[in-house]
Amino acid sequence: MDEVRLIEVKQDIHADNERAAEELRARLADTKTFLLNLMSSPGAGKTTTILKTLEQMPESLEVGVLEADIDSMVDAERIASAGISAIQLRTGGFCHLDAAMVSKGLDALDLDALDLVIIENVGNLVCPAEFDTGAVRNAMILSVPEGDDKPLKYPLMFTVCDVLLVNKIDYMELSDFDMGVMLERVERLNPEIEIFEISAKTGWGVKEWAAWLSREVAGFIAD
Amino acid sequence: MHELQVTERILNIAVKHASGHDVSKIVRIHLKIGELSDLEDEWIQRYFDYLSEGTLAEGAELAIEWAPIVLGCEACGSRYEIRREALASPECPKCGENDCRLISGREYLVKNIEVI
Repeated sequence: MDEVRLIEVKQDIHADNERAAEELRARLADTKTFLLNLMSSPGAGKTTTILKTLEQMPESLEVGVLEADIDSMVDAERIASAGISAIQLRTGGFCHLDAAMVSKGLDALDLDALDLVIIENVGNLVCPAEFDTGAVRNAMILSVPEGDDKPLKYPLMFTVCDVLLVNKIDYMELSDFDMGVMLERVERLNPEIEIFEISAKTGWGVKEWAAWLSREVAGFIAD
Repeated sequence: MHELQVTERILNIAVKHASGHDVSKIVRIHLKIGELSDLEDEWIQRYFDYLSEGTLAEGAELAIEWAPIVLGCEACGSRYEIRREALASPECPKCGENDCRLISGREYLVKNIEVI
């Protein structure tokens, strides 16, 4: 009988992705392009939020959008019809984007001319949280109809994000969503997170969030 | 949910490390995975069995060591383990503060492989 031998490996399963993410960040620092990774569950309002946010950003800012969808072009068409450069990445069944996929998608955009690129990640609160896309900032949307228990169910997503947009705030009256309880749950997981309450539909609160994003982009470009 | 992709990476790492060591078969792969991960042991093994057919690692068992979620208290500096279900109330057992940060719990490591 052959003897069993042990070979030491000690290799991080995500090491390749983390390397690709660092390479992408270096590339974006060269082209002075701020990359924002926007994540949420399906139907939380990512596309509408992007469109409403861009309306409130300085006109001088050159913006592109990278749309990830498992197998459709619907969101990219909406963005493009608003006159914004949009690239559609069909993930072919993948539940998230990784840094290599984002990097490849960005090849189709003229990064030297762009100040800001927003990734609309696949609608999913689980998998995108595990994969560094190479973005400068991670943002997520939690919409009121989803409920105030989401930080309990998807803690990793709330841990990796720099910004939380609480969307569909116009649904509050119809809902038993407890804002105080939700905020407490989020702050316990991630005391550093920036939180904005918005309604992408009515535009309520979007100005404050867009102002924050504009400052972040301006700071990054000036660095 | 992304078990398939993660499993593929595990397989690639294992086969890469086996090559050049005169290996006829990989029998077991030891993994260390943080409890914050949503991976399910049973599914990783099923995907692995499917993906590894015809490779050196066909039939290998995935042995998963789950690494605990560890928080560090910003107030008193102590470190403590916490269950995933208890993350909503992560108070420090020593001083009672809940100003804490994540120390570990997101590991995704292929530790070693057993081969013949």
